[in-house]
Amino acid sequence: MVNHLATDQIGFMQKSRSAIKVEVGKNSIRGGNAKNKVELVAKIIFMACAVIAVVAVLSITLYMLIKGLPALSTVGVGELLFGTVWQPTAAEPSYGIAFIILTSIVGTAVSILIGVPIGLLTAVFISEVAPKKLSAVVQPAVELLAAIPSVIYGLLGIMLLNPLMYKLEKIVFAGSTTHQFTGGSNLLSAIIVLAIMILPTVINISTSAIRAVPAQIKSASLALGATHIQTIFKVMVPAAKSGIMTGVVLGIGRALGEAMAINLVAGGSVNLPLPFNSVRFLTTQIVSEMSYAEGLHRQVLFTVGLVLFLFIMIINLILSRIEKKGAVENA
Amino acid sequence: MPENSICAKKRHPSDVLLYVAIYACAALSVALLVGIIAYVFVRGVSSVNWQFLTTVTSVLHGTVGIAGNILNTLYVIVLTMIIATPLGVGAAIYLNEYAKPGKLVSLIEFATETLAGIPSIIFGLFGMVFFGQTLGMGYSLITGSLTMVLMVLPLVTRNTQEALKTVPESYRSGAIGLGSGKWYMIRKILLPSAMPGIITGVILAIGRIVGESAALLFTAGSSGLLPKTIKDFFEKAGNSGGTLTIQLYLSASKGEFGVAFGIALVLLVIVLAINFGAKALAKRFDVNRRQG
Repeated sequence: MVNHLATDQIGFMQKSRSAIKVEVGKNSIRGGNAKNKVELVAKIIFMACAVIAVVAVLSITLYMLIKGLPALSTVGVGELLFGTVWQPTAAEPSYGIAFIILTSIVGTAVSILIGVPIGLLTAVFISEVAPKKLSAVVQPAVELLAAIPSVIYGLLGIMLLNPLMYKLEKIVFAGSTTHQFTGGSNLLSAIIVLAIMILPTVINISTSAIRAVPAQIKSASLALGATHIQTIFKVMVPAAKSGIMTGVVLGIGRALGEAMAINLVAGGSVNLPLPFNSVRFLTTQIVSEMSYAEGLHRQVLFTVGLVLFLFIMIINLILSRIEKKGAVENA
Repeated sequence: MPENSICAKKRHPSDVLLYVAIYACAALSVALLVGIIAYVFVRGVSSVNWQFLTTVTSVLHGTVGIAGNILNTLYVIVLTMIIATPLGVGAAIYLNEYAKPGKLVSLIEFATETLAGIPSIIFGLFGMVFFGQTLGMGYSLITGSLTMVLMVLPLVTRNTQEALKTVPESYRSGAIGLGSGKWYMIRKILLPSAMPGIITGVILAIGRIVGESAALLFTAGSSGLLPKTIKDFFEKAGNSGGTLTIQLYLSASKGEFGVAFGIALVLLVIVLAINFGAKALAKRFDVNRRQG
């Protein structure tokens, strides 16, 4: 019995030794062919995953060009980009998108002018002024603002902003015979919604930029006798300039690309971007007409998409420039 | 005390003014969030009941329900994340563990950043033309999901990259030093250590999908029906289906504000839950890091 067990054990040990031998053979640094293959395959698969982003950007660019360029030659570059009459379904259709481009530029610019100061001051509050406990409440609240779906902003815009704007409109244009009343769906409503929607972007990025300013700079300024406010606005904000600019540019991108929220509040006709006019943005033009557009009308909408895409690409290039500059400054 | 003693506290009227402005702006930002949530709750709570959540809108029965839209939203989330998670994690592993700094890496990073900056309406147009027409998938949940994959890819990649960066270098050299291969080290050491960060990225991506509307309008369509059989359920991927946001948009444009606020309430609850979930996870991750 004991002997039997012993031989069994010896047999087992011999077996496992041979097994170990095989393992060693497989894993040895010299003869690791199979393993090298696995490593190579893994590397190639990971690389393929990473390249998908490049392929995606290239194909989006390609498709936007293929779909957006034909209308430019059919309608004519000048007439399309600088024409001010948009009547795609008329007997003699006219496809001028100048007012649409202008609306997007004006709407974005004004919402940035409103949103950035508010955002920057809130960022100063979170990073410098507020006691720790308070900023620990305010910052997550601002982050949540970014998470609210854009259609909800649009819905609230319809319910709250539009009636208010209608009242204002009635006061401003009381007695006017030339003004087309919009019922409150106008550029101003859209600008307010956009200004609110860019707040979280501006606040979050500015907050981390101000927090990243080295403590010595702040102490030095305070030691020289500057007040806290002077230190913040004359020393810390300038030092955080490139980070804050990143936030502003991202905000511009978000405002330019926003579609659903402002489509609900901005009205539905192509007009000169005046505060109380019903207007169409580049994005809302696509959203509201793509579903029924056909033929040349549809092609022109893709051109509108191409214009938007070009704006966004310019923003992206500016962004990477700022980031590179910031990296050099910090180094 | 003399007039210009250094001990006297100087008054700076502009300072006071700026303090007031700072407090006012911060109060405004918080008031906006509280106001939005409160308003949506007050207006929406009367529309939300069991029937609203579990049935589909029927003219025959005169009822309104969003069960179909809820199912579509879940469908898009699952389909998108099944595809986007491995791709995003794979890309992050390549960028962090394999690639050496050079042209390819900076190209990939620039592309990822660009992808994150492209507005959703452009993704919608691209998805409609490429997945919908060129690949012939039409208006369907799969077209919508593939479009969303491109949109959330940068989010997953970046969060995974951040998580991988926090894994101490000693883990890697330790594993390699003990004779493990790189692939084995990634599978058994890196991915488990980076898991909380990866999950945070996935949760944030889900939040993005839940709130997305412009990219889905022209890709996933707007039908809100429920599948009747199990076969129906699987075939659903090829059919049109509107998510909660799309239904909210359509209801708001049609002036059905009761339904719109009901959906808005449901969306807000989901989005808030997702954000708190991600926060809690990130916190746990932080603690782990300090211990390591």
